[in-house]
Amino acid sequence: MHKLARPTLFSFAALIIAVLLSIGVGSVAIPPKEALEVLWNTLEGTAPTSDTNHTYQIILLTLRLPRTILMIMTGAALAGSGCAYQGLFQNPLADPYLIGAASGAGLGAVFSLTLGWPASPLSYLTVPMSAFIGALLTVFLVFQLAKVKKTLPVTNLILAGVAVSSFVTALTSFLLINASGELRRAVVWLLGGSTMAGWKPVLGQLPYMLIGLIGLSAYAYKLNVLQFGDEQALQLGINVNRARTRIVVFATLSTAAAVAFTGVIGFVGLIIPHILRRVTGGDMRHLLPFSMIGGAIFLVLADVTARVIVAPQELPVGIITSLCGAPFFLFILRRSKEKD
Amino acid sequence: MQLRVSIDQAGYDQSAIIRNIHFTLQEGQLLAVIGPNGSGKTTLIRAISQVLPYGEGQYYINGTNLMEANENSRARLMAVVPQSTYVPPSFLVREVVLMGRTPYMNWNGKASRVDEKFVQEAMDQTDVKQFENQLCGELSAGERQRVILARALAQNTPVLLMDEPTSHLDLRYQIEFLELTRTLGLNNGKTVLVAMHDLNLAARFGDVFLAMKNGTTSAYGSVRDVLLPEKLSEIYGLAVRVINLPDGGSTVVIPQ
Repeated sequence: MHKLARPTLFSFAALIIAVLLSIGVGSVAIPPKEALEVLWNTLEGTAPTSDTNHTYQIILLTLRLPRTILMIMTGAALAGSGCAYQGLFQNPLADPYLIGAASGAGLGAVFSLTLGWPASPLSYLTVPMSAFIGALLTVFLVFQLAKVKKTLPVTNLILAGVAVSSFVTALTSFLLINASGELRRAVVWLLGGSTMAGWKPVLGQLPYMLIGLIGLSAYAYKLNVLQFGDEQALQLGINVNRARTRIVVFATLSTAAAVAFTGVIGFVGLIIPHILRRVTGGDMRHLLPFSMIGGAIFLVLADVTARVIVAPQELPVGIITSLCGAPFFLFILRRSKEKD
Repeated sequence: MQLRVSIDQAGYDQSAIIRNIHFTLQEGQLLAVIGPNGSGKTTLIRAISQVLPYGEGQYYINGTNLMEANENSRARLMAVVPQSTYVPPSFLVREVVLMGRTPYMNWNGKASRVDEKFVQEAMDQTDVKQFENQLCGELSAGERQRVILARALAQNTPVLLMDEPTSHLDLRYQIEFLELTRTLGLNNGKTVLVAMHDLNLAARFGDVFLAMKNGTTSAYGSVRDVLLPEKLSEIYGLAVRVINLPDGGSTVVIPQ
């Protein structure tokens, strides 16, 4: 048996349990058995057997299922891109926030939110588009600032990322303060609360996320070699600048897709790859897919918690991920210190 | 294979660190590059392996112009052993050695039977097989250095460039590894360039010698041309004695 067979089975089982929890928990509780039955009937096209089942069907199909799928995709995108950034910069603290991707996406999204577009159906196209443009422009700016001749030293990249990020975040706050009517909506969004419901955000996010994550997976092996540093990677036959640029574009695309629809959700991209590296080892060909599944499980569970903790109100999921992410991260950090 | 290097100047950001270095190595020859700290040995290896941002010169391995070849074809022609023994700690030893096969593997790093064969052979030659399934983070500096040497051997290139490859090895592994590279030169025609501090090891294994000082050639040639007391004193700023042992060939350098 392959050494990762057990973790693979375990993570898929955990994902299924998380999904059943997520579609079952809320103001109307739907037991897993009924939930599966309703979904099965819908797939078959048969009519609901009872009024209760009909209500369940509406709740599941218009609210909980799309929301759960959105959380799966967002978690996978955040953890996947975080994993790629950590490998690329050989820095366990690297995540979508480090090189300005998330804050740039935030600015882009807030910009289009303050224009009042969310009211129109067009917003499902414009918000991710403008988040992606914001993210790419920010990352491009960071790269330009960090570049020395033709090379891209990692330290410069991180410093420029931190500086540009704070500037971009300040711009975002400025936009928020000047926006009157959309303010609450945008603030909730910024905290990581999904303000959009239904299938449209799922469909809007899907293409960006797929291109981003498939692209990253294609560069998983090169990410392994890049961890030896630019010089050794070049000497081992990798076109370093090209590989790195593409990895950054794919990771930025994933980040922007996540941020555009669910706002700023911290810590997923940081802790999930960190924890899973202990299971899979450093090989990105294993760590990257595991991070995606792990990120999905984590975010689905965080979203469930966000829904029940102050029910009937809802917390933005970003608050949950930070509330449990930060202490857990410190716990891991401390434990690894004690081991040394 | 023949390695021809002709450097007018090379360095970083328009400032030349090394200049006027010209030599041609024949197939199977071992060039020992000696010189004090900061004399440009590492920069020379970087220049030849085409990772320096700035340079004027010519580099050929047989007919191939290294400046025009892409990364992949260069990595099939020469392997480089860096001075640093840093290895990302969460990789297995076997995984790192297999990375030497990167220029031959597909986009996803899929190893063929041939790749596996070279990996096994390289691990045997450097005696790392015993810990092939260990994490690199668990190894000592000397063990990591042997893993990097194995990776370079697995790359199976006609030219091998090494920067202080034995700095963390104990006496036995130092001698064994340099014996191995000499054998590879004699039997497989591998052309080797080694930058080293230990003049006695250099004298024992080198066919040709390049002494560097302040980024340029101070002396080039055989033992008799380079390992001279007055030359070495000038390069290192320290009076030395050079003794030719009566066993026929061994040269020993000792500080006075």
